[in-house]
Parts: sequence; C-alpha cells; structure tokens
Amino acid sequence: MGFISKYRRHRFAGPLLLLAGLLIVGFGYTVAQAASEEIALTSSDKATLIAEGKEIFARGCSSCHGLNAEGAGIAPSLIGVGAASVDFQVATGRMPMADMSQQAMRKEPLYNEEETAALAAYVASLAPGPAAVTNEELAWERNGDTAEGGELFRNNCAMCHNLAGQGGALTQGKYAPTVMGVEPRHIYEAMLTGPQAMPVFSEATITPEEKLSIIKWIKHAESEPALGGAALGRVGPVTEGLLAWTLGLGLLIGVAVWLTTKAR
Amino acid sequence: MSARERVAGQVANYVDERTGAAKWLKKTVTKVFPDHWSFMLGEIVLYSFIILLLSGTFLTFWFDPSMREVEYEGSYEPLSGLKMSAAYASTLHISFDVRGGLLMRQIHHWAALIFMAAMVAHLMRVFFTGAFRKPREFNWIIGVGLLTLGIVEGFLGYSLPDDLLSGTGIRIAEAIIQAIPVVGSYLSYFAFGGAFPGEMFIQRIYVVHILLLPGIFLALITAHLMLVWYQKHTQYPGPGRTEKNVVGYPLMPVYMAKAGGFFFIVFGVTAFLGAVASINPIWIYGPYTPGQIGAGSQPDWYMGWLDGLVRMSPPIETHAFGHTISWNILIPGLIIPGIIFTGMALYPFIESWMTGDKREHHLLDRPRNAPNRTALGAMSITFMLVTLINGGNDLLATHFDLSINQIMWFSRIGVILLPPLVFVITKRICLSLQRADRELVLHGRETGRLVMLPHGEFIEVHEPLSPQRAFTLASHEQPAAIEPVLADDNGVRNPKGAKAKLQARLSRAHSEQVAKPTTKEILEIEDHH
Amino acid sequence: MSNEIAPLTDPGLPEHVHRKSDVDPLAAKKAERQVGILFLLSVLGTLLFVFSYVGIEEDVFIFLPVMGSTNAHQLFLGLGLAMALFFIGMAAVHWAKTLMPDHEVIDVRKEQRSKDEDRAAFVATVKERGGEAGLGRRPFIKRTMGLALGLVGISPILLLRDLGPLPENDLNTTNWAAGTRLVTDPGNRPIKPSDLEVGGVVQVQPEFPAGKERHLDDIAQDSVLLIRIRPEEFNLTPERLSWTYEGIIAFSKICSHMGCAVALYEQTTKHLLCPCHQSTFDVTRAAKVIFGPAARPLPQLAITVDSEGYLVAQAPFNEAVGPSFWGRDSQ
Repeated sequence: MGFISKYRRHRFAGPLLLLAGLLIVGFGYTVAQAASEEIALTSSDKATLIAEGKEIFARGCSSCHGLNAEGAGIAPSLIGVGAASVDFQVATGRMPMADMSQQAMRKEPLYNEEETAALAAYVASLAPGPAAVTNEELAWERNGDTAEGGELFRNNCAMCHNLAGQGGALTQGKYAPTVMGVEPRHIYEAMLTGPQAMPVFSEATITPEEKLSIIKWIKHAESEPALGGAALGRVGPVTEGLLAWTLGLGLLIGVAVWLTTKAR
Repeated sequence: MSARERVAGQVANYVDERTGAAKWLKKTVTKVFPDHWSFMLGEIVLYSFIILLLSGTFLTFWFDPSMREVEYEGSYEPLSGLKMSAAYASTLHISFDVRGGLLMRQIHHWAALIFMAAMVAHLMRVFFTGAFRKPREFNWIIGVGLLTLGIVEGFLGYSLPDDLLSGTGIRIAEAIIQAIPVVGSYLSYFAFGGAFPGEMFIQRIYVVHILLLPGIFLALITAHLMLVWYQKHTQYPGPGRTEKNVVGYPLMPVYMAKAGGFFFIVFGVTAFLGAVASINPIWIYGPYTPGQIGAGSQPDWYMGWLDGLVRMSPPIETHAFGHTISWNILIPGLIIPGIIFTGMALYPFIESWMTGDKREHHLLDRPRNAPNRTALGAMSITFMLVTLINGGNDLLATHFDLSINQIMWFSRIGVILLPPLVFVITKRICLSLQRADRELVLHGRETGRLVMLPHGEFIEVHEPLSPQRAFTLASHEQPAAIEPVLADDNGVRNPKGAKAKLQARLSRAHSEQVAKPTTKEILEIEDHH
Repeated sequence: MSNEIAPLTDPGLPEHVHRKSDVDPLAAKKAERQVGILFLLSVLGTLLFVFSYVGIEEDVFIFLPVMGSTNAHQLFLGLGLAMALFFIGMAAVHWAKTLMPDHEVIDVRKEQRSKDEDRAAFVATVKERGGEAGLGRRPFIKRTMGLALGLVGISPILLLRDLGPLPENDLNTTNWAAGTRLVTDPGNRPIKPSDLEVGGVVQVQPEFPAGKERHLDDIAQDSVLLIRIRPEEFNLTPERLSWTYEGIIAFSKICSHMGCAVALYEQTTKHLLCPCHQSTFDVTRAAKVIFGPAARPLPQLAITVDSEGYLVAQAPFNEAVGPSFWGRDSQ
C-alpha cells in the first residue's frame, strides 16, 4: 500500500481515480446490456402469444389507450396501427411513456423482446396493419445502395433529422430525434408507421428497396470514422464558430499574453 | 572584416545604390512598438489573412469552379455515381484524393473563422480604448470596410463548394437580392445568369473570392498598416507614457522576432485546428439541389447575426398596385445591417461631435474611464449576441430542451429591451470601477492585516500604492461637459440652438464621471496619516 | 475644457529590472538551450509531416478518445505541420523575450498636422500650377471634360448587360400545367392516391416528356410537397377544397419567404416548418402562416386524378412560387 499512499496526494490522483471509476462503470454497463439482449424469442403459439399480449396490454397500456385499445382523450386508438408500430414504440422504449408532458423519447425499453412481440401480436390481431420486421429480414447490407440512400435521405429525412442524421428542432419544443444508433428494423418501422409527429412514408412512395438504401446510408453515416478530425457534433457552423472563438482565438490570445509579458 | 560581412556589405551596397533604401531602413529598424496582448489581435487578423492566401492558393490548384453537371467517380464511396456540380466534385477530390488536401481545406476554413473572430476582437479593442479618435478616424473607416468585405468574402468562400448547406445560403442571398424594390429580380437574373441557381454563379463568385476581394483586401490592409506605421501605435496610459511619446521595444530585433514568431504561432494553431477538428464536412451534406434541405441549416458565425435578424423579423409585406415589397427581408437583411455599419463607420465623428473634442489622442482610455462609450459598445455587443443566439435557435432548442418559439420570442423582445438595459448597467459598473480606483489611489490597497490602536480601536492596514500604479489609475483626463450656446453676447438666439442643446445633453452624458483623486487630495490624506 | 485641478506628477518609466538571463550566465545558457530545443521540436514536426505524407496510407484509422476512430494520415499530417510551425514561433518569441534586449525605448511623437509654412507652400503651388492649366478660365473645356468623364462610365456598365437574361415572366411560371402528372422525386414514378396513406408525405416533381432533362432551375420552381390528411380535418374555402383530392393536398415546397425547401411536416399538428427561418404553416388552413417571418401562405397546387387514376395537376399554380419580388402581383 506504500505505492498508493505515496501517490495519493499527487495532483493527478483525483482525476485519475475519477477516470478509472467511470471506465469501470461504463464497462460494467456495457456487459450488462449485452447480456439482456441475448434473450431469444421462444414462444411460437400464436394464440397464446395474443392472449399473453392482451394481458400485458391490460396491465401496462390500457390505462391510457383504453381496455380494448380503442383510444382515449390522452392517447390515440391503436386499432389498425399494426405490429410494426407497436414494435417501434415499445422496443425503442418510447412506450409506455414516463412523462406525458414531453415528447416520447428513446429510452431503455420496459418490456423484453418476448413481451414486445406478444403486445405486437395482440394489437395486430385487432385489425390489419403494417407487420413488424426483424433485423434479419432487412438485407440492407446486400440490397441497399449507400449513394441512393443518401439522396433519398436528403430528400425525405434530412429536413427534420439534419443532414448528418443528428436530429433537429420542430415547433413548440418538439424535435426530430437523432437517427444514429437506431436499429435497422426500427428505422424501417418508423418510416412505415410515422410515429408521433413523423409523417408516413408508404411502400409505394418510398419502395422497400429504397428504404433499405436509406438504412444503409444511415448505418454508413453512423460508422463513418472521423475523416477530418473531431466531428463537433456534426451540427454545422454553430459549433465550428464556437470552437473558433474559444479554442482558436482563446489559444492565440493566451500566447499573446505570454508573448507580451516581460520575462523574469 | 570577415568574408561574410564583406559579401553582405556588397549586396547592401548594390541595393542601396539603386534604391537608397538605407535611409528609410535606418529609421525603420529602430521603430518602437508598445507591448500589450490586446495589440496582437490585429496581428492575428493579418497573419490569418496570409494563411488564407497561402492555403487558398493551394486549393485553387484543384478546385473547378463550374456548375457543369458531372457524375462523381472519386474515392468517397457513399456519393459515387451521384450527379453533382464539378465544383462539389472537385471539392471532394481535394478532400479525399489529394494528400493533405483535406487538411488544407480545413486550415483555410478555420483560418477564415479566426480571421473574422480576431477582426471583431480587434475592433472591440480599438473601440473600447478609444483608439479610433483623432488622428485615426481614417483607419477606423478602413477597418469597418475590411470587416464588411470580410463578411462578404467569407460568405462567398462558404458558398463555393456548392454543397447542400452552402447552396441553401446562396438561395437566401438570392432572395435578399430579389427583394430589392424595382430592380431586385433583374439584379438576381444578372447575378445568376438567369433563373436561380443557373449555371454561372459559382464561377462568378470564384473570381470575386480569389481575385477581386483579396486584391481589395491587400490594398486596404496595406493602407491600414501604413497609417499605423506613420501615425505610430497608441499606448496604454502609465508612468513615462505621454501623448508626445511612444514607449516600447524596437522593431529590430525584438519585434521582428516576436511578430515573426507570432505569425508561425498563428499558423501553427490554425494547422492544429485543421488537424484535430473537422470543419464543413461537405461530403456529409451532399450536393446542392433546391428541393432538399437539412434541419439546422446555419451560416458561418459572422453571418449568424444576420440570419438571426431575418428569423426574428415580423411577417410584413406590402402588396399594392401589382407590386410587392418584402419588409420581412429588407429590414433585417439590408436596412438594419446598413444602419449598423454606417453608424459604426461614423462613430468617431459622432463621438467627437458629442464631446466637442478635436484634439489628437495617442494615449488609450481605460474602458471604465469612458463610461458612456463603453456602455454604447456593450449595448451593441448585446444586440449582436441576441441576434446571433436567435441565428442558432434551432440548435439551442434541441440541446437545451427549449422550443424555437420561446427562443424566437425571447429574441424578439430581448433585442429591443436588453441593449438599453445593458447600457445602463455597464455605465453604472464603469462608474463603480472608477470609484474603486479613486479609493485605491486615496487609501491604498487593503492588506487584510488588522492592527489595534493604542486606544483599543482596530483598523485594517492599508498599503499605499506605488507612485507608478497611482499615476496609471489617476492620470486620465476628465473633460467637462460642453455648455450649449443658445444665444450670443448680444442676446441673438442661436439658430442652431436645438442642435446645440442636443450636443450639450450628449456631452453631459458622455462626461459623467466619478471625480478622480487629485494631487491635493492625496497630499491631504497623507498629512492625516 | 478639462476640470483637472492638479494632475498627478508622472513618476516616469519604472526602473528597468534585469532578467535572470541578463545577470546570470547560467540562466542565459539555459534560455539558449530552451530556444534550441524549441527549434528542434519544429524539426521533429517537419519529420512527422514528411513521414505521414510518405509513410501513412490514407486509409489507416486509429482510435482516439473524444475523437473516435480517426484518419491517421490526415491527423498526423496536420499535427506535424502544426508542430513544425508552432515551435518556430515559440522559439523566436522565447529568444526575443529572454535573450534579446528588453530595455524599453522611448520614441518621440510628432503632431500629424503639417507645419504652417508647408501648408502655405502647398496651397500656393496648387493654385499656381492649377492656374497654369487654366481650367478656371476655360469653362468650355471644364464642361466638356465633365461630360466626357461622366459618360465614359456608361460603357462598362452597359457591358454588364449580358450577365443574364431579363426575368420577363419567368418568376411567375413553373413547369406545372393542367394534366401534368405528379412523379416522385427521386424515382420519377407517377403516384396514385392510394399510394399515400393518411399522415403520409411525398415530394413530387412534374412529369417531364421523355428526353427533357430536369435541371436545378426546374427543381427550384417546381418542387411540390404532397400531404395526406383526413378530409374532414381541412378548414378550407370551397374553392381550395376542390383543389385537394381525397384528403391529399399539394403545396409548393419552395418557401414563400426566402426560398428554402419547406418540408418539416408534423403529422400530429399538421404544421409545416421551414428549417431556415422557422416560418410555420398550417396545412389544414391552406398553409396559412402561423409563426415566423414568412408573410404569405405557400402556393397551393390544384390536383385531381387522370383517367388512369394517377394524380395530376388541375391547373398551373395560380401565383408565383418562392420568395417575393417587386413585380409579383399578389392580392
């Protein structure tokens, strides 16, 4: 312990300890998250799935959406929204909503994959609607075209989600979330169902192949390494201007102060 | 005499016999420059300009200023096969297929942002210290001209790559041109060679960006520096510094080394930014087409205030007799900027008229000793900041959980209410600081040491200021307000009485001061001790 | 002028304090070494630059904290250049600060104004020489010269005439005509009403006859946004309602304020937002402006279906699209 007590009072000791702590927490979190994702879908019996979904719905959703998903003043009817919508809203953690005063946002999902599938099956059984998709079904890596996807993204998505997919402001405090780090199936389902303020992009106006291309472009933008250095949030000239004033001019003024003080 | 000295002597002789340079150089190398960090701001501007010339020249070797449609076949795969302008394609080529090209592009863009930022910082230094006063009014006007041209030059450079972000900027510029009454649509068709976006614009602004404006810049910067040289630099007040001298270090060798070294430092810092921080990643934005747009489309920061003004403008248009006047574009886009820049250019004359001061000034004011001017400056900065904030309202909204509507209303009201408020507050702060200075000179510095007097009272020991420090704090002038001449000696009313009254009022506002301590007061206090 | 009572006396320049390197030869030697080391760091920077240029492939990426996976070629090229330049500067400044003389020098300042006799001499010269030219005595030359100089400026201005065509009626027209099909952009596929679900949007262009190419100028005028809502949600005049088809309504995508593409459609509020200046339009009320600087609604395109069931324009736009201009006739 002589080693520790020797360096305990070192001026870097505090920051280093903090860094170590953060690393441990971050690492532990990642491992825990990976473990929770490994639950596989096992239930196959459709009827039991629907029954199971109905039960979960009655417990967790009916207080807002009504006992039979017919909707109420505070929440829309879910009849005919389809499994795609349920999968998107529940699996991205948007539903159930924690705070009705705010826009539903992406968070840690409350229900696991199995329960989500049951809920989706139940809602889909009420009336036909767009079916949920799985990541495996979407062969975006093979069938998508990045360049075409970029073109489509700029035409149909960038106006709200920003040219680099970082999200942007809408009216009255609403916002379009970032599309970075979203699962391909959820991107697909979002286009298909138009969640919250987002409009619907039907299969006829943007074909399934085109949707795969959009996903491919988004996945490319997400994984594109820093080609020219730190990305500064990829939100354009605002952060660039801020950095020019703070780091750029700040450094130079710092040097100027040093340059004009008398040496001792 | 060594061989080296002999060669140098021969070269010098050769040059001098043909130019007579020695006489001028003799004076030049002993030229004195005062030392202060805030005097380096202008140098940052100058060096950024040189960096811009160097890096810009490099970029021209590959940039193709053409709006001709090409199919991209370069090495950036996510855009391959797309139709785009040659300008955009060649910018991608510079970024990904020329080694060091991206670095140079980023250095060029960072240098441009620092160029403008340092220019504004330099302007603030000159304003708040009163360096624009006689005899330097011409140089102030040249400076305002450089700032205006800098904004235009920066905007054109931002527009050249013809990406989706900058194309949107051009679209807005076109709308401003088009809004000019009577001739707007003609001017727009001439500028763009037809309907927007046409096929001519990039090559036209390219020539303006790399030849016309840099040429004007060079001429104006030369004039600016020659005037500084000829009029000699201003200096801060202090012991040994008067209106009749300039105290500092000689050009040779100290300033040659410091200024020359500083050029490399500015270049180094800019290159550092170019290496570690991405700027204007046009490959993410995609090529320009008028039907597309991105959320959070912003101009570079020096245009942000203009964009913010346009955003907060009320929706007013006049429709009459088959004609339309877009006040919602003209007022924020042309009229207010016009007033701001004209007012800025004329400020030295306005102040001189307000104070009636027609003398030369080479000693700078400490900002607190000119409360009215400092407050005016703070007021203008507040106006600009509010508009700048509104220019980025969409990003503020998403990053701080606000709504664009709230920020817009805050700015609409704030842009009118905050500047006068800041004026009043700044002026009070300046006067308080003057009072603090006065206390300091009269009673010295508080040491925090308590001493018990023989009769039991505790007092804090004050340490008197050094004579140098006291002089620095109290050597400034405090001119009295001018009295209006409303009638001459014969009782004839002054025909310009109203103007004289206004002038007197402004002068009173300008000369509001906390009386500085005089020698007499200081002596009295010393007697007490 | 000034309410000075008795200004403080100037104590004069403070006494010069010697630096360590001035008095201590060891300190001077140390400073010299420091300057040398700074110059050597610059050399190191140049070596790094050369190495990065030649030795690091352009597709090498390294992982760095904060920056993530970063292009090593670009990064080290830049860092090398930055070092090479920065340390030359630091060395020069350090040299100047520690080893060059630091005695402050006083230079005398003269008033800018010329001496009176110089001024008088100048005025006399100008008057005399000016008189010799005789401009004042020869009014004919004066006037014709003024005329000639005034007129010569016309030529270069006239030369600028061919910069572009006159706008004529161009700004008032688009490629939309009665019966023009709406096609997706990109894709150029005609659209049936059933292709568009309630809550859906699609960006469209007018269909061009085969062989005609779509230029950016066309897109800048023609872009249209189709939006479908429930027909009962419309709050339109009967005429405007007749311009919609089964809840599908079409607006020019070019903002009536400054021409940006207005396309941020909120399905929940039925509001369209322009990202440039945040003008907000209410789709249910024919794109009436409800917030922001725009002063006019977005022009609405009247649509219907043709015999094959595809969406077509009923008629061209009844007003100019895009930002306002002087010759725009808007009621």
